[in-house]
Amino acid sequence: MSAPSVPYIRQTAGAGAARAAKRSRGHGSERRPGWVTYLLLTASVAIFTLPIYYAFLLASSDASTIAQNPIPSLIPQGNFFENVNRVLTSDINFWKALTNSVIVAVVTSASVVLFSTLAGFAFAKLRFRGRNGLLLFVIATTAVPTQLGIVPLFIVMAELGWLSKLIAVIVPGLVTAFGVFWMTQYLESALPYELIEAARVDGASMIRTFWSIALPAARPAAVMLGLFAFVGSWTNFFWPFIVLGSTNPTLPVALQLLQASYFKDMSLIMAGVVLSAIPLLVLFVVAGRQLVAGIMAGAVKG
Amino acid sequence: MATSTTQPRAGRQLPDSPRDPRRVGFSQTLGRWDVKVSPYLYISPFFLLFALTGLFPLAYTAYVSVHDWHLLGGQGEFVGFENFAFVFQEPNFWKGLRNTFSIFLLSTIPQLMVAIVLAALLDANLRAKTFWRMGVLVPYVIAPVAVSLIFGKVFADQSGLANAMLGIIGIDPIKWHGDVLPSHLAVATMVNFRWTGYNTLILLAAMQAVPRDLYEAAVIDGATRLRQFLSITIPQIRPTLIFVVITSTIGGLQIFDEPRMFDQLGQGGGDRQWMTVTMYIYELGFGNSKSFGRAAAVAWVLFLIILAVGMLNFWLTRRIASESTPTARKKVKR
Repeated sequence: MSAPSVPYIRQTAGAGAARAAKRSRGHGSERRPGWVTYLLLTASVAIFTLPIYYAFLLASSDASTIAQNPIPSLIPQGNFFENVNRVLTSDINFWKALTNSVIVAVVTSASVVLFSTLAGFAFAKLRFRGRNGLLLFVIATTAVPTQLGIVPLFIVMAELGWLSKLIAVIVPGLVTAFGVFWMTQYLESALPYELIEAARVDGASMIRTFWSIALPAARPAAVMLGLFAFVGSWTNFFWPFIVLGSTNPTLPVALQLLQASYFKDMSLIMAGVVLSAIPLLVLFVVAGRQLVAGIMAGAVKG
Repeated sequence: MATSTTQPRAGRQLPDSPRDPRRVGFSQTLGRWDVKVSPYLYISPFFLLFALTGLFPLAYTAYVSVHDWHLLGGQGEFVGFENFAFVFQEPNFWKGLRNTFSIFLLSTIPQLMVAIVLAALLDANLRAKTFWRMGVLVPYVIAPVAVSLIFGKVFADQSGLANAMLGIIGIDPIKWHGDVLPSHLAVATMVNFRWTGYNTLILLAAMQAVPRDLYEAAVIDGATRLRQFLSITIPQIRPTLIFVVITSTIGGLQIFDEPRMFDQLGQGGGDRQWMTVTMYIYELGFGNSKSFGRAAAVAWVLFLIILAVGMLNFWLTRRIASESTPTARKKVKR
């Protein structure tokens, strides 16, 4: 069915009807939303950002002020850098946690992107026996909560001698079913068969075709997948907490240690919170536009 | 975002079988081999790593759960369903189950409702689109552990922001850490803070893909904006809605980080007011009792619960999203 356009209404039902249709059109590209929409959105964004600002306010204050007055002054106090310094020099190894988190997040997100794109390329564009069944299996596994296998996974890591080593956090994060599914979906529509055919006719090997044709085509979805994987790894707590322990923590584990040992010193804890969030906030400001655009691009197929 | 509807389409678009050989030789054989083996090579990293870190542990959980098994001592003897029997007798298990469901419902339902409304607002022809979209996504980059440290302070019983604000309008302080329901509300707030924006963007992405002429047709038919939303938007984004509901279910029933960090002891309160099932699994396996067998038994029970609730939600979402307008769905075949 095709919807009548405004000019069509003008022709058939007159100018008044056309104006009415144009005015009441909630979703067309013509009409700007009213101030109520902006008011609601402003309120939402405020709710979503104020707790972070609150953390910064506490981090720039000192413990006794916080204890005396639950409602902080809306202007940051001057103790932020001092508190940050106290976090970094505390017996909780915050620098190490920061480095660990960077290593884990970079390695796992790079690996997720590479392996997901490889598998996605195969599933979307190559012919092989059992393809549909295997893809169905991948989709089914996105619904399986892997967290629930932690006890055996812990046993495996202990057998391998990986406890309290970063590799115990890295290896389980190297691939995700969601990533494979995501790249398959994207490459199915974004990579024309003609390009692959042309590369093959020119004598390119499969891996060459992947490298020169599929990988560049996958870039928008890959950026977005990489960011998601990075955020996922950076914010992950449960597994690192179990397998790493206090000697070799990642950032969330370090925050837990900070809370456990300094729970009365709220300004110190909040300095740690802000410190742990800064790298991702910066990344988000730099790449957020692409992240948001990436989510939207994934929607085209609905 | 993720829908499972595109998979069969792939089969039809495949090109004709490999091209006719032009010359026969070593490179030809190599090329054939390349074509045959490459796909399996490309998908193998996922399957190998998933088998090691996902599939095997899940299956092995069942094996561990019927054994006497300790963190330090290792595998003991086969005990059948003794671990399950033990756990089912424990009041803490049932408390954990109650808390998990309570927190899950308090977080998922408002979160998804707000997300869908926010997504509808963002779907309008806004000025500075990217700003608003990024604005709602900001909490997603803050780690749940950090979120619960922030909100732990907001909901502090003595000198918390929430109680101070309530004091201004003359409401007595609430025992956020002492009472059952307030503690669940506080934990649910943390979850909602972090995930509402994320779900909003996923739903918005689906809304953007709804063909605009459907709305134009509805306007001609005299539909109000609410009617358009219920009769076009909701049915049209059904696959994404199902995806969001299922992922929220899986995540919500496994909740650990936020309640664990809600106080510095991490036990879910003196009377286990906000201890969840996953926290109970941790406590059984890695806490004082160090019983892997019992922890695995609870993990297995939780897995079955998640499966059951997930399926129920799938069925419900399908019904809700398709029942709201049977006619619109018939007309709109994609």
